[in-house]
Amino acid sequence: MSHSDFGYGLVLAGLAFAAFGAVVGLTSGLMRREAGAVWARRAVYGFFACMIGANLTMIHALVTHDFSVKYVAQVGSRATPVLYTVVSLWSALEGSILFWGAIMASYVLAFTLVHRKEHPRYMSLAMGTMLSVGVFFAFLIAGPANPFGTLPNPPADGPGPNALLQNHALMIIHPPMLYMGYVGMVVPFGVAVAGLLRGEIGEAWMTPLRRWTMVAWTFLSVGIILGAWWAYAVLGWGGYWAWDPVENASFLPWLTATAFMHSTMVLERKRMLKLWTLSLALVTFWLTIVGTFMTRSGIFNSVHSFTQSDIGPTFLVFIGMLAVFSIALLAIRGPVLEAEGRIQSLFSRDTSILLNNLLMVAITFTVFIGTVFPLISEAVQHRRVSVGEPYFNKMAVPPGLAVLFLMGVGPMLPWGTPDRQRVVRQFLLPGGAALVTVVACLLFGLTGFLPLLTFACAAFAGVITLRELFLPAATRMREKQENVVTAVFQSAAKARRRFGGYIVHLGIIVIFVAVAASQSYVTHVKGTVTKDKPLSIGGYTLRFKGLSEGQEPHRRFITANLEVTTPSGKVEPLAPRMNYYERSTDPIGTPAVRSVAYEDLYVSLLAFSPENGGQATFNTWIFPMVGWIWWSIPMLVLGSLIALWPSRRRAVATSTSSAPPLSEEAAPAAQKGAA
Amino acid sequence: MKAQTRNRLIALGALVVAGAGLAFIALGNMGENLVYYWTPSEMVSQGEKAYSATIRLGGLVKKGSIQWNPEHTQLSFRVADNKDDAAQSVLVKTSEIPPQMFREGIGVVVEGTYDRSGVFSSSRLMVNHSNEYRPPKAGEHDDWKKSVADTTGTR
Repeated sequence: MSHSDFGYGLVLAGLAFAAFGAVVGLTSGLMRREAGAVWARRAVYGFFACMIGANLTMIHALVTHDFSVKYVAQVGSRATPVLYTVVSLWSALEGSILFWGAIMASYVLAFTLVHRKEHPRYMSLAMGTMLSVGVFFAFLIAGPANPFGTLPNPPADGPGPNALLQNHALMIIHPPMLYMGYVGMVVPFGVAVAGLLRGEIGEAWMTPLRRWTMVAWTFLSVGIILGAWWAYAVLGWGGYWAWDPVENASFLPWLTATAFMHSTMVLERKRMLKLWTLSLALVTFWLTIVGTFMTRSGIFNSVHSFTQSDIGPTFLVFIGMLAVFSIALLAIRGPVLEAEGRIQSLFSRDTSILLNNLLMVAITFTVFIGTVFPLISEAVQHRRVSVGEPYFNKMAVPPGLAVLFLMGVGPMLPWGTPDRQRVVRQFLLPGGAALVTVVACLLFGLTGFLPLLTFACAAFAGVITLRELFLPAATRMREKQENVVTAVFQSAAKARRRFGGYIVHLGIIVIFVAVAASQSYVTHVKGTVTKDKPLSIGGYTLRFKGLSEGQEPHRRFITANLEVTTPSGKVEPLAPRMNYYERSTDPIGTPAVRSVAYEDLYVSLLAFSPENGGQATFNTWIFPMVGWIWWSIPMLVLGSLIALWPSRRRAVATSTSSAPPLSEEAAPAAQKGAA
Repeated sequence: MKAQTRNRLIALGALVVAGAGLAFIALGNMGENLVYYWTPSEMVSQGEKAYSATIRLGGLVKKGSIQWNPEHTQLSFRVADNKDDAAQSVLVKTSEIPPQMFREGIGVVVEGTYDRSGVFSSSRLMVNHSNEYRPPKAGEHDDWKKSVADTTGTR
């Protein structure tokens, strides 16, 4: 049997499993029959097996160079190394949708296995909802984006994947991370819809909602940062974020997911903001589908949209249906969700989280408008425009700084009604730190309103976060005579979510500082060097040592050999290069980056020629602190892992019912009071 | 009406009002930051409007129009609607350095402003990556092979 027939058969079988499971799950859940859960679960297993099988079939076709499969003929090439051949599964539209299907099926399976002991009605509804999304994607793979089409006259060889994708190892891990983030939001969506359909959000149901969002959020964060890093390391224009529609597409659901995770805390503590929280879960999922559409339909003319296909209309219909369904569901079932608590004070953690939520939603809204405006303008007025970066900076930076400030305020304030004197006392140290930071920056000659404001807010939030992280440990050391390691470990184990969350906060603060520094204090020089004429930038001097050429399995390259004299007088080689791929006519540069903890020297080769005994032209930048943006990834992942680490005690509690997880939040406050 | 329903309607109303206000501010800011995509003939036909806008001008580099002064990094060339010699074209001046694949006849997008003297001042020069992946024609790589041979010899 050919790859095409086998793979397509699996896709159709997957579509059947998903449709069956969706119908059985939703009807039995709505009709309060518990027997359906078993069948929905079997449909999940079947869907998973088919999707994984279809992906493995495609990988096998790619690796064995079966050019009778249309997708293989489109992206495969005998000259491409095996690793990049496997990776080309997601290098073009059809394959990436197929890959989407596999990730989605894995998420649904994982959810089903982890929560199989949960109430069958909930599970039926949740599985039914997720499989309904599965129906859409299986349909997409079977129809408009079918990668298993056959070619009657298969070519002897193919063009190989897009050269830009072969240019850097980051391209191997960045897309899967992003997809795992996008697709993972299907689980909270299913859980939220199930809760709405049932008309209640029990304590037991909040935990999966929050935890699965956190899983997807972590992948999404890593994916976004890796994407920025890739742009920086490969594209050579000396930036990492350009408010490109494709970047925005990943940033929008990240914002709402972040807002969501914070509002769940208010929901758990105060039994309020139920409707708001669920709306955020639905909006987040909707934005991931919109994002997939924007990235994959080639509707935007951006560097990323190397794919064009007729999946657009199918996607638009799904996006519309999803919006109508979500709004209707919220309107019909909303009244059932009653707020049981209310906000008691303006200066409480509840208020600051609510404010932060509103700010993040406001950023989402304005970035969304700016992203889709060109589409509307083109459709309605037939003029092609794009919205410039200054718009996005203007709309996102001020509320972004307010978010950073509130990242300090929230953890500093207690829930409910605060004691005014204690708040003032708590404020003194971080407020002082912010002031000292500004003064120190001015003394070192750093100016500029926005960067200094960012550093001040970062110092403020950073000090508070560190205090929240380590004060419990310090108390333990004093009272229980524990050593540092034991105290930190014990206090972290007692309040894992808090501890992990604050580590993530520290990572975000680091990103804020790195972005502000690298954007505000950048140095840019471009110029031509010859053997006698060096180029100077900042304290660095670049001397040209000539060109050389080299060969790798899938490309040849020209290297401009430079000798860099650093500000401290060290002499080091640096070799930006230009790559030539077998199948691509245009060369693609690889900039050379010399990184130290506090700054990057970034050299991008623009052109070279043999005139005047050899010369080369470069774009060079010095970016202060830029590396910290990607070095924050371990912090984000570590924090998320700590927060997500399953606790044996809690696992029992969720399946039986409602032990409110309040104790861990209350403990540090009490300790602080004692201190 | 239940108190909760009323509160929710008030909250929804407030959100809608806030959203409308935000949209108003957003659209106002957007107007100043719009970048227009025009071809040379489209841009010229805009008249007055073209002089105040930020423009991304897309077209082909006209044959024989490239002037490059590496001493002062001054680059000028004409961007034309199409390959036709008689096609509408616009003079572009930029202090950008021409990237390696910049050549006559290649598709470019330049971002900048158009002034009354008929010069397009560009701060950003982007060369279109061809989206078709075809093997290079015979001789297409000759120039860089030659340039490497020439420079490595003198090292």
